[in-house]
Amino acid sequence: MVSYSIVALTALLLFGFWNLQIIQTDYYAIKAEQNRIRPIPIIAPRGEMLDREGRVLVGNYPSFSVLLLREDPALVEKYLPQVADGLNMTLEDLKQQLEAAKSIPKFQPIVIKPEASPGDIAYIESHRVDIPVLELLSVYRRRYPPNDFLAHVSGYVGEVSPNEVDASNGRYKPGDIVGKTGLEKQYNDTLMGTDGMRRAIVNSIGQEVGKLEQQDAIPGKPIRLTIDYDLQMVAEQEFADKEGALVALDPRTGEVLAMVSRPAYNPNDFAVRVSREEWVKLNSDPQTPLLNRAIQAQLAPGSIFKIIMSTALLESKALPANYSVFCPGSATFYGRVFHCWQPKGHGTVDLHTAIVHSCDVFFYTIGKELGIDKISHYAAALGLGKPTGIDLPGEEPGLVPSEEWVERVFHHKWYAGSTISVAIGQGATEVTPIQIAYAIGGIAMGGVFKQPHLLMTDQPVPEVDFPLQPDTVEQVTQGMYGVMNEQGGTGYALRLENVEFCGKSGTAQLMSYEAGSRVGGREGKLTNGWFVGYAPRKNPEIVVAVIVQGSTEHGGTTAGPIVRDIVKAYYDKKAGHTPQQFSMNDHSQGMGQQPVNQSAAPALAANGAAPSVPAPAVTKPSQPPPARPE
Amino acid sequence: MKESKGLRDYDWWLFALVFTICGISLLEIWSATHASHLAGMQWKQVWWIVFGVIGMLILSRIDYHTILDQAPIFYLIGIGLLIAVLAVGHTRFGAKRWLPILGAVLQVSELVKLIIIIVLARYFSELRSERLDLVDLGKLAIIVGIPLVLILKQPDLGTAMVLVPLTAVGAFLAGLQWKHAAALVLLGAMMVPVGWHFLKPFQKERVTTFLRPEDNPKGAGYQILQSKIAVGSGGFWGKGLGNGSQNQGGFVPVRYSDFILAALAEELGFAGVVVTLVLYMALLLRLVQNAQRAKDRAGMFLVMGVAAVIGFHVLVNSAMVIGLMPVTGIPLPLMSYGGSATLFVFLALGLVMNVRLRRFVN
Repeated sequence: MVSYSIVALTALLLFGFWNLQIIQTDYYAIKAEQNRIRPIPIIAPRGEMLDREGRVLVGNYPSFSVLLLREDPALVEKYLPQVADGLNMTLEDLKQQLEAAKSIPKFQPIVIKPEASPGDIAYIESHRVDIPVLELLSVYRRRYPPNDFLAHVSGYVGEVSPNEVDASNGRYKPGDIVGKTGLEKQYNDTLMGTDGMRRAIVNSIGQEVGKLEQQDAIPGKPIRLTIDYDLQMVAEQEFADKEGALVALDPRTGEVLAMVSRPAYNPNDFAVRVSREEWVKLNSDPQTPLLNRAIQAQLAPGSIFKIIMSTALLESKALPANYSVFCPGSATFYGRVFHCWQPKGHGTVDLHTAIVHSCDVFFYTIGKELGIDKISHYAAALGLGKPTGIDLPGEEPGLVPSEEWVERVFHHKWYAGSTISVAIGQGATEVTPIQIAYAIGGIAMGGVFKQPHLLMTDQPVPEVDFPLQPDTVEQVTQGMYGVMNEQGGTGYALRLENVEFCGKSGTAQLMSYEAGSRVGGREGKLTNGWFVGYAPRKNPEIVVAVIVQGSTEHGGTTAGPIVRDIVKAYYDKKAGHTPQQFSMNDHSQGMGQQPVNQSAAPALAANGAAPSVPAPAVTKPSQPPPARPE
Repeated sequence: MKESKGLRDYDWWLFALVFTICGISLLEIWSATHASHLAGMQWKQVWWIVFGVIGMLILSRIDYHTILDQAPIFYLIGIGLLIAVLAVGHTRFGAKRWLPILGAVLQVSELVKLIIIIVLARYFSELRSERLDLVDLGKLAIIVGIPLVLILKQPDLGTAMVLVPLTAVGAFLAGLQWKHAAALVLLGAMMVPVGWHFLKPFQKERVTTFLRPEDNPKGAGYQILQSKIAVGSGGFWGKGLGNGSQNQGGFVPVRYSDFILAALAEELGFAGVVVTLVLYMALLLRLVQNAQRAKDRAGMFLVMGVAAVIGFHVLVNSAMVIGLMPVTGIPLPLMSYGGSATLFVFLALGLVMNVRLRRFVN
């Protein structure tokens, strides 16, 4: 009986082993694999942003993030105080992060400190055995140029939001770094690589004892921009701490050569993890540093609109070509007096003189003759009132007022008197700096409007054709040439030798003339100063639109010199010499080394150099010569 | 012919089984430890086997009747040692079980198992009746109860448990009455909730963990889970000696000792387990055969006691490894690394040989 029991019990045990080893073996084989294999992501570096000549504008630098392994909640609980202590973090902070990561599967480690200091790295390396919940993750972090250079164009990156993850159809996973604004967002799919996976064999206390196959990260692709580093540099320096925006286009191709918006922010602040306070500060700043004014500021165009009016006048043939108006300094329309900016009056003016001297009365008059329908038709046809289609997120459409618009929005008929204000670029009309560069460039090109773009492309650029009669183009461009090159022209002080530099200034009051005079005349009144310039006169290569906001000066004084310097720099460069004024100062030193910095990035990190090199102060450009007021 | 007990009278089949198991053991101890700081452990085990064989040969030469005569003295020594352990013993893994003897640290309860086998053999062989009455059972309870309580105090639930089947098999062979057996089982069942209160927290945890291992996969349930993963992932042919990831990565707890069968199952697969368990089965059947051929009741009880203890170890250890029993710290005889346990098995086999050598002697 005892013997039978022995045989029976042995059979019973063997059945138990059979059950585990034969019947359930697949299940346990997977368990065993999971046990010993720890997946560690390999972060793919984002593609660089290069300028049109291949110089690195936005690059990466290697860095480490601190990962918390959360597979075992008891272990995490146990070591959390030590972790907080060793990494100079507060326990509350860690607990909050854990709480926030609750929905992420436990086997996925979370980043508790995105930027590990050398001290943190040393701490983690030396406590690998006794604190088994920490791991270092090698990452690439975005390195943006110092001094907010190109900030609004490049945009910035940040951790993907839960909404973005949901909307991405599995493309993004929590913790991914994605573009949040600007080109980073626009071309995120190109720039963002595919993270790889290293599968490490670990033992029971989490130490790595070997490696399995490694799935390499696929780095993001670099993008080459149309931005010209040299011109951008000039533009950034010209702006210094002014408020406003700049767009420089090649109207032949739509390529954006430079783009500035001020005030700006430092995208490097976002590259790690923007602090809540910083975020609130940036968002609630009345100066709206996050706004890209070049494409998002919708402002009255001021006298720049007179170019649109001139084109409309000539194209519509509503009035004879030699139509002229006598300007006594003011004129009465619909029972209301409208002043010219020149109280003494301009005398008898034809179209050319009106453009050169920016005579308001002339344009009031033709505005009345054309009527709002024709004005809005041509304004829209010349590129205003809708986005230009530039490859940046968030472009604003601006506004071209029309009878239809007034009825739709304000539910009343168009007041004929409003047309008079619209004719000189005041009133409800709103444009963005990119639209001004686009429209003026397109007019100068004879009615070919190339879609502005920042990504260098071999493909044909989409364009809007609104063919203008050669005579129209001739007269309008001749007018803008006169502005710069005729004695008495509003831009005469800004003329350039050996360059067919054409332009038009504009000064939009932030208040109407009437309201302004009631609060005490024009002195001390804030204005938006516009200037748009291009060269050469026929088939222009560069068009630059600048707005300087919140100055008490006129567009010709504030914005004009900036445009002039950009155009000058463009021609200087074309002639083969780098603009010396800019190549030798501190700013360009910081930036000029950028390509070198990038290739030497690992060495830099090894030396323990801080990734964000403190930016040297920007030297202010020399004071521009005083421009003649409009 | 009293002096004619020669080498050929030893149970060579039993030796063959024992040394085959020891060989597998050394191989698996090597595999489990060669890549760690414990490398070379198999050579220590070789020395324990050598000491064990010497002890076995010596013990087999002393007539077991002489040994049984001294049973009361052994019993007192055993009780004394258990008290000494509680007083001055080494604490390892939270329990006092070790006593430094002869420069080595010996686990006293192993020795006590041997003593209880001898004492019970003496007790059962001296019973006059073919049936156990209540007085006999009462005496039995006292004899076993005293060391049992002392072992539980260490605490060493595993060893204490071993005394139960040892006593039960003895009592059964000595003529335990069915009604008494039923009453005892009932009493034992009623004692479970009472006994629960006397368990140490870690013992309670082991039991709850055994019942619901998923609750705490990296805490107390870790050992059972990892052991099952090792066994299950081994499959039919195993991952090969030295290739078990559970074993080599240290996931299998005390893979060279209590859980050596899990390491073996992972690396040698179901095939290796069948060979191993069939070897144990053969060993036990051989022991039973030896018991049947003993010349007197005392010899029979001695051998059956040894068989009961070894059989219980194999059963509980194997069942633990596949998660059918809680973790109790019962090693696999001849397979698990460990000096005290190895010595015990060989000394116990010494008793078996002793009985065998004298089976024809009147």
